[in-house]
Amino acid sequence: MKIHIRNPRSIDPASGLDAARDLFLAAGRVVGIGTAPDGFHANRSIDATGLVACPGLVDLSARLREPGFEYRATLASEMHAAVAGGVTSLSCPPDTDPPLDEPGLVEMLKYRARSLGLAKLYPVGALTMRLAGERLTEMAELTDSGCVAFTQVHDPIIDTQVLLRALQYAATFGYTVWLQPQDPYLARGGVAHEGEVSARLGLEGIPTCAETIRLAQLLQLARQTGVRLHLARLSSADGLEMVRQARADGLAVSCDIGIHHLHLCETDIGYFNPHCHLLPPLRARSDRDALRRGLAEGSIQALCSDHTPVDDDGKQLPFAESEAGASGLEMLLPLTLKWAMDDNVPLSCALARITCDAARILGVAAGRIEEGGAADLCLFDPEARVRISRESLHSQGKNSPFLGHELPGQVRYTLVDGHVVFEAARPHA
Amino acid sequence: MSAPKPAASRQPPRGDKKHLGRPGVFLETPLRNPQLNGHGELQHLLTIEGLPREILTRILDTAAPFTEVAEREVKKLPLLRGKSVFNLFFEPSTRTRTTFEIAAKRLSADVLNLNISTSSQTKGESLLDTIDNLSAMHADMFVVRHASSGAAHLIAQHVADHIHVINAGDGRHAHPTQGLLDMYTIRHYKRDFTRLVVAIVGDVLHSRVARSQIHALTTLGVPEVRVIGPKTLLPAQVERLGVRVFHDMREGLRDADVVMMLRLQNERMQGSLLPSAQEYFKVFGLTPEKLALARPDAIVMHPGPMNRGVEIDSAVADGPQAVILPQVTFGIAVRMAVMSMLAGN
Repeated sequence: MKIHIRNPRSIDPASGLDAARDLFLAAGRVVGIGTAPDGFHANRSIDATGLVACPGLVDLSARLREPGFEYRATLASEMHAAVAGGVTSLSCPPDTDPPLDEPGLVEMLKYRARSLGLAKLYPVGALTMRLAGERLTEMAELTDSGCVAFTQVHDPIIDTQVLLRALQYAATFGYTVWLQPQDPYLARGGVAHEGEVSARLGLEGIPTCAETIRLAQLLQLARQTGVRLHLARLSSADGLEMVRQARADGLAVSCDIGIHHLHLCETDIGYFNPHCHLLPPLRARSDRDALRRGLAEGSIQALCSDHTPVDDDGKQLPFAESEAGASGLEMLLPLTLKWAMDDNVPLSCALARITCDAARILGVAAGRIEEGGAADLCLFDPEARVRISRESLHSQGKNSPFLGHELPGQVRYTLVDGHVVFEAARPHA
Repeated sequence: MSAPKPAASRQPPRGDKKHLGRPGVFLETPLRNPQLNGHGELQHLLTIEGLPREILTRILDTAAPFTEVAEREVKKLPLLRGKSVFNLFFEPSTRTRTTFEIAAKRLSADVLNLNISTSSQTKGESLLDTIDNLSAMHADMFVVRHASSGAAHLIAQHVADHIHVINAGDGRHAHPTQGLLDMYTIRHYKRDFTRLVVAIVGDVLHSRVARSQIHALTTLGVPEVRVIGPKTLLPAQVERLGVRVFHDMREGLRDADVVMMLRLQNERMQGSLLPSAQEYFKVFGLTPEKLALARPDAIVMHPGPMNRGVEIDSAVADGPQAVILPQVTFGIAVRMAVMSMLAGN
């Protein structure tokens, strides 16, 4: 299959390309940028006039809910959601049932994802067996089966000796460890940021120091062990400042935030809106503003969807009893574009956070448009606006604070390895 | 078994408001107060917060004549005749449930008491399924108590338009009829809200009563609302609710016109919040000696049930300044007023 993409604005943040350049694809690869290789005869030509062609998006955290939680979502439903959102590479956390702590589970998941032929899947393995924080997983075996990093997701290792050893062991092989900084005791029972809104609504709070205290531990252990540490889902200005300082001191540590924390804050809980029940919690407006600045200037390296499909039964409950999380795969691009527009962030810089920068954290060859590279592309209309609704979402998770909102950017085509895996039903009027 | 529901009833809670175009702002635009209907009238009573002063005053004014009903030989008014009031108590309560029951019966309503903690919830039925089933039995009004903050809001967003919801206490969030009966009591003894110093003492962190009191007092124009307690029992940023924070009881009580004590739950008396009930009483218990620092005509209130010797000394509880029993009596009139107003009278 040879494809000619005509008249797009091609943006490749990694190389700094941002220009009108036709793209030529053959055998799953990009074979020409601007000029067709000799003797190129396209089987298909895509008119991309008015569209942006960028690398397929790379998402650092999308829950696919398999195995174990198929009633919330399935691999197939969420992979369709991914490509509908322009995402061509994604990593899934291991908080499934059973958790991804055995090579066989990882191989099976990778195999099933591959046979769907949609987005490329890069699982993150469990750092400890059953995520229980006691026994290390077979990290070398898990890496061989396809894990790109190791994490505890929302179950921090409480025993600091186990934590130290887990990081030492991972550092032995140069594996990256992704940890979400939240002290389990200070966060215990909490469902919202400890501040004005939790005081008003009578919700159990999670103080900012739950993040900063854990961060202090993790940064210290990273220094000591030399492990490659990635801090997932920062939520506070104070936490960001600690990471910035650690990087300035020369520590090789990276961090990301989720799309909801880029746009929302504690007051968005309104009258107990369970769609705003998230982990980590939405914090104060000043925190959100600091995260926005940090992402623009690069002290936060990546933005992710933190996609968490929850069924209606899990959300139609009093706030504290509802399940935390929000659907995000299909909002990743629109919310990135909205942030770029609101804060005057250059489009190429904004796209970097969800393409090449995220791929660098993942440690995979993705998120770039380069000759000879995989033809994973997202073609979107930056002028079109999409209305987010239960019907518009391909994900089985209809839980989003953005339901009813109109957001910029419509994905028109998604290509993986040179195949069109998603094509919007009809051009937006 | 629950009947199949129309698709619309399973839509996510309302509140999806359009983005107005301000950078970085999504849902922060004020949502319509879910307690008021399109005409600004009370549709549900979920919390005091956000209710205009006029509505609070009207409830208190409406309650005044109802206090006399109890004095009559026939203690009944026909204002809720033919209406069904369901008392849904997902958390045990005797006093609040009883006063709601009496209030509804005095208005001639049919009253059903359901202690749901002991029935369907233990069988795994969801909160909204329970509500759907009871709605199908043609309830007109739900009086709801639930252990989770926000439960009454969730129910109010879910029910059909003709059903009214009264929050009888949701988690730590709100207990608006308690707040209102406290305001009625203060007005009864002090007349004018705009010259008062009111001190709320104790476990504000876990108290839905305190939150409702604070909103009611600030809305009615009380110039100085104080909260007094140890740092472990005051919410973070409580001062953002419009109160002055004191950790020293003697300072906080000085020249107060009204002292509102809060109940300290047994399970909070010893542990990481407080070392012991004895030490709590010593530091934050209301004794005649500490009360003497308040104004001589200060009144002492308590939402009950009291822990004598923990938050309040018996000499104060039974003393001349205590208005704790009148609070209970006024509570019935205030609940009658709320039900009557919701029913459109």
